[in-house]
Amino acid sequence: MAVVDTVLPTVSPRRMAFNRFVSHKAAVVSVFILATLVLFVALSPFTARYGVNEAVQAPPNYFLSPRANAWLGTDDIGRDLYSRLIYGVRVSLIIGLFSAMISVAIGCLVGSVAGFRGGRFDDVVMRVTDLFLAFPFLVTLLVMRNMLGAITWLTPVIGELSSVRFIIVLFAIFGWMGVARIVRGQVLALKEREFIEAARAVGASRWYIVRRHLLPNSIGPIMVALTFSVVSAIIGESTLAFFGYGPQAGAGATSLGILVGQAKGAVNTGFWWLALFPCLTLVTIALTINFIGDALRDATDPRMQKDA
Amino acid sequence: MLRFVLRRLAWAVPTLFLVTFLVYVALRIGTNPVESYKRINPRATPAKIQQYIEVNGLDPNYVRGYFRWLANFVTLDWPRSIKGSREVWPQLKDALANTLRLGAAASTVGIFFGLMLGIYAALRPGGRRDVGVNTAAFVGISIPPYVSAILLQLVFAVYWSRWFGATLFPTSGVYPPGHTGFNLFLMMKHMVLPVTVVAIQIIAVYARYMRSSLLDVLSSEYMRTARSKGISERRVLFKHGLRNALIPVVTIAALDVGSIVGGLIITENIFSYPGMGKYFLSSFGEGDFPLLMPWMVIIVASVLLFNLLADVSYAWLDPRIRLE
Repeated sequence: MAVVDTVLPTVSPRRMAFNRFVSHKAAVVSVFILATLVLFVALSPFTARYGVNEAVQAPPNYFLSPRANAWLGTDDIGRDLYSRLIYGVRVSLIIGLFSAMISVAIGCLVGSVAGFRGGRFDDVVMRVTDLFLAFPFLVTLLVMRNMLGAITWLTPVIGELSSVRFIIVLFAIFGWMGVARIVRGQVLALKEREFIEAARAVGASRWYIVRRHLLPNSIGPIMVALTFSVVSAIIGESTLAFFGYGPQAGAGATSLGILVGQAKGAVNTGFWWLALFPCLTLVTIALTINFIGDALRDATDPRMQKDA
Repeated sequence: MLRFVLRRLAWAVPTLFLVTFLVYVALRIGTNPVESYKRINPRATPAKIQQYIEVNGLDPNYVRGYFRWLANFVTLDWPRSIKGSREVWPQLKDALANTLRLGAAASTVGIFFGLMLGIYAALRPGGRRDVGVNTAAFVGISIPPYVSAILLQLVFAVYWSRWFGATLFPTSGVYPPGHTGFNLFLMMKHMVLPVTVVAIQIIAVYARYMRSSLLDVLSSEYMRTARSKGISERRVLFKHGLRNALIPVVTIAALDVGSIVGGLIITENIFSYPGMGKYFLSSFGEGDFPLLMPWMVIIVASVLLFNLLADVSYAWLDPRIRLE
């Protein structure tokens, strides 16, 4: 069989990309870990042992170390950390996914237009994004957050300062810039290629070329940008929440950032479980998605293969 | 070369004004300096408030207000902070000095080990040590600084003292409370954990840059030419390989200063280190406009400066770049 395969290379590009992805061992492990995590979160009615605001037992129930009725211990008012982590990851994944999708959509649009049209629009957009990306992320984020929150006529659209919707909008506003830069680079590289010239020669409109040729051929970098946007939104949410500027998802609801933020107070008193488990969860999510993104890049960009 | 630098400078100056104007507007909308003043000084007379508006350039018209602020800023007639009505420059100067010390220490450690690890990995691509360095670097960039800070605090400050009786590294400040005067040893002891946290990020980023840059160079034609001339392997690596591999790394280093500052802000706050980051977050929390604006100007100016340095160093290091 193997001989026939080498004589007749009938492997489709998609199959080749898949094979390259699978050869990245860390990414395959990451996919399994992340899938398990998502499954736990999606099935939270069954996997969570307590409600988000429910105490594990009658007082005294605060700061219990890990034990049978609270696998990962309890917090300052006796709530089960394991269940709260499931609820928290749910909120964080929603923030990550939605803001990443919005920023990829905007980034693709701006990046492809900038790359394809060039000229003044390209100059201005790229200068602005370069400048934005050069600043410390946290500073820009905090200043923009307060500014957007203070503009009252925006509130019906983007939500209250501490709502999850507001956080999603905030990260979408930042996230698109990195994506636009990647898409622009890809479009610049592609637009001189023969098949684009051919499309132009037969009279295809610009919009048609972007839609049918440039974006589909950039799908690899776009997917990679998507995974990295998800990570940066999740980490960004945690950072904001850590410093007390994150979402307050309403009555006792939580997010990964809020849980990591609690860790700050738990360190000096030695309640190690409150620090360790939220941090580990955050790092696990960031690491697995990063590995998947890395493997996607290798898989969709054959030139990268040599130093993979 | 000189013309190139001058042209870039000519770009940077208007950018500086534009960005500080945007920051000015964003801060005025976001922190509402007049309201913060009234909140912190509830019994201020209308005349006092008017004077505060005057010296800070808080004219309802943003453009006029900005130029008013700018005039005061440039003539070093800086308004006092809202909280405590203190002079801004002494606080800012101390914060800047502390941050520069922390940043310089962390960057030196981080860049040194990052480059070393990158070279170490690139010399045997695909080997076990390459995979090890690469994976470790990946873990490093996936760990936010506050997570590593919390875990380090937990181990070295809290549990170390439980296991061994005494804390190994202190977790806050520059000196123990009540200490006066200069003491290098105490200061270094206090900086070990913050420097580690910031350096982890830098090491991870640089190891990756260096590795991929060196791999690019090592597979290039002129490396083969150099070898075929019979130059020793060591000389090939140092004279031809590393020198060329460092060009993109230096450029990225200059562009990366924003993210290092970002890491410093987070780290300083966790370790209560009295630097620019702590200064920023506390004055931002108070909405203290007179404290915030000079801080912003320093950050904006240094980001622009390092961007400029990146361009110039790239052109200077790599003669193949044409300066138009």
